[in-house]
Amino acid sequence: MRHTISVLVENKFGVLARVAGLFSARGYNISSLAVSETLDPDVSYMTIVVEAKDASVLEQVKKQLNKLIDIIKVTDFTRKDHVERELVLVKVVCTAKTKAKLESLVGRYDGSVIKCKDDIAIIEAVGEQAQVKQLLEDLSTFGVKELVRTGKIAVAY
Amino acid sequence: MKREGVEVIFGYPGGQAIHIFDKLYDFPLKLILVRHEQAAAHAADGYARATGKVGVCLATSGPGATNLITGIANAYMDSIPMVAITGQVKSFLIGNDAFQEADVTGITRPITKHNYLVKDIKDLSRIVAEAFYIASTGRPGPVLIDIPADIQMQEYEFSWPESVEMRSYKPTLFGHPGQIKKAVKAIMRSKRPIIYAGGGVITSNGSAELREFAEKINAPVTLTLMGLGAFPAAHPLFLGMLGMHGTAYANYATMNADLIIAVGARFDDRVTGKLDTFAKNADIIHIDIDPSSISKNVAVDVPIVGDVKNVLGQLLEEIKKAPDTSEWLKVVDGWKKKHPLVYQYKGKINPQYVIEQINEVTQGSAIVCTEVGQHQMWAAQWYKALHPRSFISSGGLGTMGFGFPAAMGAKMGCPDKTVFDIAGDGSIQMNIQELATCVCNKIPVKVVILNNGYLGMVRQWQELFYKRRYSHTIMYNPDFVKVAEAYGGVGIRVTKKEEVRPAIEKAIATDNVVFIDIHVEPEENVYPMVPAGEAIDKMRGLA
Repeated sequence: MRHTISVLVENKFGVLARVAGLFSARGYNISSLAVSETLDPDVSYMTIVVEAKDASVLEQVKKQLNKLIDIIKVTDFTRKDHVERELVLVKVVCTAKTKAKLESLVGRYDGSVIKCKDDIAIIEAVGEQAQVKQLLEDLSTFGVKELVRTGKIAVAY
Repeated sequence: MKREGVEVIFGYPGGQAIHIFDKLYDFPLKLILVRHEQAAAHAADGYARATGKVGVCLATSGPGATNLITGIANAYMDSIPMVAITGQVKSFLIGNDAFQEADVTGITRPITKHNYLVKDIKDLSRIVAEAFYIASTGRPGPVLIDIPADIQMQEYEFSWPESVEMRSYKPTLFGHPGQIKKAVKAIMRSKRPIIYAGGGVITSNGSAELREFAEKINAPVTLTLMGLGAFPAAHPLFLGMLGMHGTAYANYATMNADLIIAVGARFDDRVTGKLDTFAKNADIIHIDIDPSSISKNVAVDVPIVGDVKNVLGQLLEEIKKAPDTSEWLKVVDGWKKKHPLVYQYKGKINPQYVIEQINEVTQGSAIVCTEVGQHQMWAAQWYKALHPRSFISSGGLGTMGFGFPAAMGAKMGCPDKTVFDIAGDGSIQMNIQELATCVCNKIPVKVVILNNGYLGMVRQWQELFYKRRYSHTIMYNPDFVKVAEAYGGVGIRVTKKEEVRPAIEKAIATDNVVFIDIHVEPEENVYPMVPAGEAIDKMRGLA
């Protein structure tokens, strides 16, 4: 099962390695990870998405995260009301013939075509993971050349 | 460190720690120069276990620091308060593969409670204060401070933080009142309770409370290897150690209890055996300061996060009337009588007999350290520790070579006590160079080598599970008496049963490090034994 966990940490060097180490030591792959400063520049906010087969192992990881000295708070969004978003940048083939079609498709996803040059368009879109997934499927007919995603960020109500 | 009450450091110099050592040349802080950095870490560990204070070790960068690793991991597994200080290459060289460089904070991240790389001299006193605070509070553990050589050289006006305040680190010290009430209800309901206590009792100095608690609820007490000494071995409610090499009656009582009160113990696989068979009919109350220990291996009915001493105090206040457990105690006593610890005399000296003799001579007043292997289990079974901090052994990591340097540390911390290291002929050779440290610094520890010419514990497994194929477990040994003498210590050889006691008495009377090389029954096994991965009431080798 996929879990989204947020971790509030002291903004210091080495903290990311401590957090990542707890997952890697148990053979867990982090699906996505987003880190940034918060209102307090001494505190950073991490959103971690991880695939965990065994709920008890994940429970143990969360307890171990809480034990790390530089960690202030750990929240698991799995059963919590929350909002989550991800930003994607996609390079898609875009000719004079397909440009209008592409723009209308991207518009349906509240995205936009940032730049269109030499038959390549760069598209940005923000959404929940399901929406992003759907957008990427729809774009595949145009020919996707490159794709960059920020990974999920999430906040509780 | 002086401010933190440090009296002694165990260390070894080197190029990137030379500035610290230069300060120690005329600073009023005693440094014990070991012969291998691993021994410095183990000695600091032994010092901490014997005294309850933070042990300190010091090494240089690169190989000096990596030699500390085993000792740091050992302290981490057994929750021992320790501060390890390492030199590091100059800060502008870090990451350049400089001479004697290693990423020590990276290497030690999973085996320390916390670690620091000092990047600015202004941070140093705060970091040292935090390190001692983190090492010694909550669930204790080792903290490492890595100091680059250029930072060591810088000067800064000394200031010391009055108190340490960290928003992200606040251990829970008292049990939640609601959970205490639930626990009391479970205790009052129980007909067959057992207290299963571990090293957390010793860490929290909660032995007196444990005894009062056991007597108040009339529950038998079994201890883990780490807990030995936390409850007096001579007490009628005491069942000895449980688990793989525990007593039959401790294991039967655990498996047949209707309530297990786990106190500062963590349900290690050497204790529980096969998990899905472990104490199936028991409710479990688990008292531990570390929330991540609770429901890790065994599902717990009443978790109580808090300091053991405090929580036991809270429980004692809430329990008004003693539950009636007399029927249960009779059953347990029956097991005690039917399956006592025994050994058979086969012509040569029994290792168990040696431990019995040490026990009789010292009357439980000594500090006994051990290495790891068969001798460790015999010591755990046959030495009747009466006081906390008097039985010191590597539990979690199971580190051969721990006992001798740990004994040095214990002796430095408790100079008035007789300190033994019970060793095997394999283990003692892993840090035998510390004879020099003992002779030079006049640390008169008594090393009892139960010499069977084998790596006995592995040989026992090979005998029982690998058709006696003794693959690489037969030891060629040096003459331990001559080795001790070559270093300037005293060696005594014992080949006959009647020589055992006089040798122990002579060693105690000798004001020097002593090796007693005792040639014991070579193929003696540790029994009872639960094969790894089986239920703990499926014991072999019962009386």
